[in-house]
Amino acid sequence: MKILTFFSLFSTFLSANSINVEENAGQFFSSGHTNNWAVLVCTSRFWFNYRHVANTLSVYRSVKRLGIPDSHIVLMLADDMACNHRNPKPATVFSHKNMELNVYGDDVEVDYRGYEVTVENFLRVLTGRLPPSTPRSKRLLSDDRSNILIYLTGHGGNGFLKFQDSEEISNVELADAFEQMWQKRRYNELLFIIDTCQGASMYERFYSPNLMALASSQVGEDSLSHQPDLAIGVHLMDRYTFYLLEFLEDIHPASKANMKDLFKVCPKSQCVSTPGHRTDLFLRDPGSALITDFFGSVRKVEITMETINLTDLIKEAEILYILSLHQVDPCCDKYCTFGH
Amino acid sequence: MVGVPLWWRTTETYRAWLPVSQINELANMQLQLSADVEVVFARGTVTPEQQKKVPLTQTQDEEHTVDGDLIFKAWDHRFESPCGSLVVYVIPESSSLLPEDMDVYIGQRRTALLRIGAQMRVGRTVEQLLAHLEPRIKQVLQVMSFSHTDITAALSDRVRLSPGNKESIADSMRAFKSSPGYEITFSLLNPDPKSHRLHWDIEGAVQTYIQPLLTKLAPVANFSLDSQTLYYAMLGVNPRFDSSSSAYTLNSDSLAHVINPVEARLGSNAASSNPVLNFLLYVPDAHHSPLYIHDNKKQEVPSNAFHSPRWGGIMVYNVNGFYRPEAVLPVDININMAKVMGVFLAQLRLLLGVQSSTAPPGFLMAPCGSTGLADWELDRLMWSRSVENVATATTTITSLAQLLDQIGNIVINDNIAEQVSSAVTSLQLAVAELEAGNLGFALQYSKEAIMASERAFFDPSLLHLLYFPDDQKFAIYIPLFLPMCVPILLSLLKIVSEARQKRREKQAKKD
Repeated sequence: MKILTFFSLFSTFLSANSINVEENAGQFFSSGHTNNWAVLVCTSRFWFNYRHVANTLSVYRSVKRLGIPDSHIVLMLADDMACNHRNPKPATVFSHKNMELNVYGDDVEVDYRGYEVTVENFLRVLTGRLPPSTPRSKRLLSDDRSNILIYLTGHGGNGFLKFQDSEEISNVELADAFEQMWQKRRYNELLFIIDTCQGASMYERFYSPNLMALASSQVGEDSLSHQPDLAIGVHLMDRYTFYLLEFLEDIHPASKANMKDLFKVCPKSQCVSTPGHRTDLFLRDPGSALITDFFGSVRKVEITMETINLTDLIKEAEILYILSLHQVDPCCDKYCTFGH
Repeated sequence: MVGVPLWWRTTETYRAWLPVSQINELANMQLQLSADVEVVFARGTVTPEQQKKVPLTQTQDEEHTVDGDLIFKAWDHRFESPCGSLVVYVIPESSSLLPEDMDVYIGQRRTALLRIGAQMRVGRTVEQLLAHLEPRIKQVLQVMSFSHTDITAALSDRVRLSPGNKESIADSMRAFKSSPGYEITFSLLNPDPKSHRLHWDIEGAVQTYIQPLLTKLAPVANFSLDSQTLYYAMLGVNPRFDSSSSAYTLNSDSLAHVINPVEARLGSNAASSNPVLNFLLYVPDAHHSPLYIHDNKKQEVPSNAFHSPRWGGIMVYNVNGFYRPEAVLPVDININMAKVMGVFLAQLRLLLGVQSSTAPPGFLMAPCGSTGLADWELDRLMWSRSVENVATATTTITSLAQLLDQIGNIVINDNIAEQVSSAVTSLQLAVAELEAGNLGFALQYSKEAIMASERAFFDPSLLHLLYFPDDQKFAIYIPLFLPMCVPILLSLLKIVSEARQKRREKQAKKD
């Protein structure tokens, strides 16, 4: 009788456990990532490049709203627009001339600011070759199960992106940096978005797997800005990122919109330039990659089925003594004999 | 004549010597794992004549191919060594030590009991006896030490896992990757300090329940522990009121959105780059008590806790039962740390990779003991960590060598060469120890190999900023050298034409 009850308990427990793992495994199986990171870089300085800072901050805002915490975002702004002495509305950065959306927000955490935004620091962040004294907030501590979003904006040309008006990063260096990241398994999948003139040239040279890239314009085309604000006196945002922000405002953490919708953002009629994308290195079908796989941080969770009973600690006696079943007091609920 | 070699030397980049041939050897190595198993025959299992015939040692080799790239050989039977070894007692079929349907008992230390099968009664030969025992002992070994799937999962850095078993993929995503250190943070979230004044003896609880486990895991990694209390920290998801049980419920779909709002407030130790495990204890506010977690089938979860892979765990602790509704607020509440730590310990085991695989039928496992970790579970973890470390270090070193080879302009300092050499040496030692079956030393060497290889790969001086595309090289050198080359070329031409003319004159003179 005892054995019968014991056996039936054991068997049901086993079957219940296997089903649970199946369902949870289903959640994991599609994207393969467990955490999200974002590296958002604005490479231009000076007041008239206000729109580049606004671009970066609007992506920062969307990414935070969709769940990625500041500890997982590396934000690099080459100049300070909100507290710039030429800003008629201090402590704000607007995306639209109606001034309805202040993308600066209440809690911005800028990790690299001003002159710290250099090609060298950017490459160091990507490859992880930072001096040991660098604090945690300035590091990209991703692992092989991280999905990373990289957003670059500024002035660029055919095969290069200008940093701080004095140096440039070439598309070959960028491709090599991504390859080094892949060699060290620092990402699971990477989404690269660039909003500059001739942006498509920057992703031409990629050769590492699991990369998806979007650019605001093709080689030979300029990316144009959206509209000026006469009170502030500069152009507020670039067209591509403006419509990207509009698209992202409709996304919420449980949304099922996928990358194919992202490719449709800002067609030529709105953007004047032709946005491009590159998915040949991406192993999954872009239609199965959700927007929140990169822009948000939807955690996978599992219910904790086991506990350890610590209220009665019993030292294990000799192996032969334990085997008299009535004296066993379950410690691990999972493997126990339910003799009594 | 002098200029060209001088220019070559001055524009050369300093590259210290690297043991490239040894590194290439590592890339094609065979990994051999040995586990010592001592088999003890109890009285009644073998006759005295058979006893004399049983070979003292026997080697069993098994080759497993992992995607054709890397091959590992499994165990052999020998005698005596502590960590990584096993003792299997073979008991007669009629023994009452095990319940009738159970054939194997796995103890808390490194021992197992194996019941000999019914068909192996007295009269059979030694060979048949051994042939009968072999697969069963192998099965025990697979549970207690390592199996093909475990090693394949640990080698996933070298060999990309084809999407095979769903369960193994979930397991590999859940546990943290091997790291020299981990940080564990315990946080108490009190959203309603006006109603509940919570007291938790976290220091004592950590000392009693968690520290023994961490001390036992000391050969695997270093752990640093923190704790904090957060006030007015809400969950970010509104629980629904379930009138049938008159309690608030969180169903499994909304659990995924619980973590993000809280994570922003958790903070972390800014000084280290080690992975962080967060364990949160949430005490629901008085208006939303009691709060239960429901799984997919709308059943209440007994532990009232959930965990997120590679992040940590959250437990909901209801305190509404500890005080009467008309009590004066705020109420002092002492949290039962044993219950809480029981859940956190189980989650910690899962997140560190001490996964309890489902026992095969007929197996009986002992309770896990006061530290929360059986010795053979520790051995299992050490096997897979050693293999993982060796695989990761090999990948790092080989890709570093490849990278430095490809990009001819990177400067290789002496300290990098030193780190690479020491990593290669440690790797070779680790592989040798794995072959010999000395698990403790193997793990130590593999850890040294990983640290040296990571230090070499991530050295800040290896930044490749010396990228010169060929057209830029031409653009720099041509304006410098072309004006110089023109008179040199012209004078060379002049010399050649003069020499030719002289030769023609000589020819003419001869004729």
